[in-house]
Amino acid sequence: MSHDPHAADHAHGDHGAAPLPHASRRDYAIGFILSVILTAIPFWLVMAQPLAAGTTVAIVMAFAAVQIVVHMVYFLHMSPKAEDGWSLTSLLFTIIVVVIMLSGSLWVMYHLNSNMMPTPMDMRQMP
Amino acid sequence: MTTTTFPAKDQPVQYYELDEHPHPEGHSTMLGFWIYLMSDCLIFAILFACYAVLGGNYAAGPSPKDLFELPLVAVNTAMLLFSSLTYGFAMLAMQAGSVPRTRLWLAVTGLFGAAFLGIELYEFAHLIHEGAGPQRSAFLSAFFTLVGTHGLHVTFGIVWLITLIVQLGRKGLIPANQRRVACLSMFWHFLDVVWIGVFTLVYLMGMLR
Repeated sequence: MSHDPHAADHAHGDHGAAPLPHASRRDYAIGFILSVILTAIPFWLVMAQPLAAGTTVAIVMAFAAVQIVVHMVYFLHMSPKAEDGWSLTSLLFTIIVVVIMLSGSLWVMYHLNSNMMPTPMDMRQMP
Repeated sequence: MTTTTFPAKDQPVQYYELDEHPHPEGHSTMLGFWIYLMSDCLIFAILFACYAVLGGNYAAGPSPKDLFELPLVAVNTAMLLFSSLTYGFAMLAMQAGSVPRTRLWLAVTGLFGAAFLGIELYEFAHLIHEGAGPQRSAFLSAFFTLVGTHGLHVTFGIVWLITLIVQLGRKGLIPANQRRVACLSMFWHFLDVVWIGVFTLVYLMGMLR
């Protein structure tokens, strides 16, 4: 911030008051318009079902991934430079942990289900 | 970052700084808050994993196709997206140094958040009324836990919004309040990011199952 009292004696050039992320009208406008498009198309694809289910799943997942990046960049002002790179570093670490945890859980539980003894009666026929 | 200068040969090498330098109040708040959000991200990731694993276990009960109404979810998504945009306007008003406009946009954001919560509570009440409460099946337990945790976050976000509106009214845009508005902005946009995962994986994928 420009009226930072410590700005004058920045002999070290580090440990200044953290500059708040600078937002611009343009960023929010771009982020909002992209988000509307990236939300509307998946909803339409699922509600109208113009494509095969498998294709729809792939497109919807891809749009969600892109929209998350759009939010990160335009709303959360994520950049490799933010906080000397520590924001991005912690984000990448979290993504790695989350991917391992999600894929690992799904993998383990899928095999658990398929290796179970067949039940005498399918649960779907239970009252 | 620290600068390491190599001393003359007779002096031992020091990799630390001897001189004290000031650490202004709040200089690491934004990074700290970001790391909190990352830990929150892990909570949601675990709930997403639970839902992904249990989402198909209907226990002969209703499936997503029987329960979810996509138009309602679309309206809900729009509410949260609008609130993200109006929070952006609050940030712009704060940068322009206008207390009344910052408070106004924070209030508008809170109203959109409340609309989101209202629709979600209506949906929950409707599901429970139909007998599709959290105790019906593993799918519904996972659904209510995941979506409910997100709703709880939004609730606390609204509490924080109201607190900030009051604080801005009393103290104005002092540096501490600016930090708080910036932190809540990260929190609020983060909740919108989580909601992208919810509407995609729970609602849209549920209809395609």
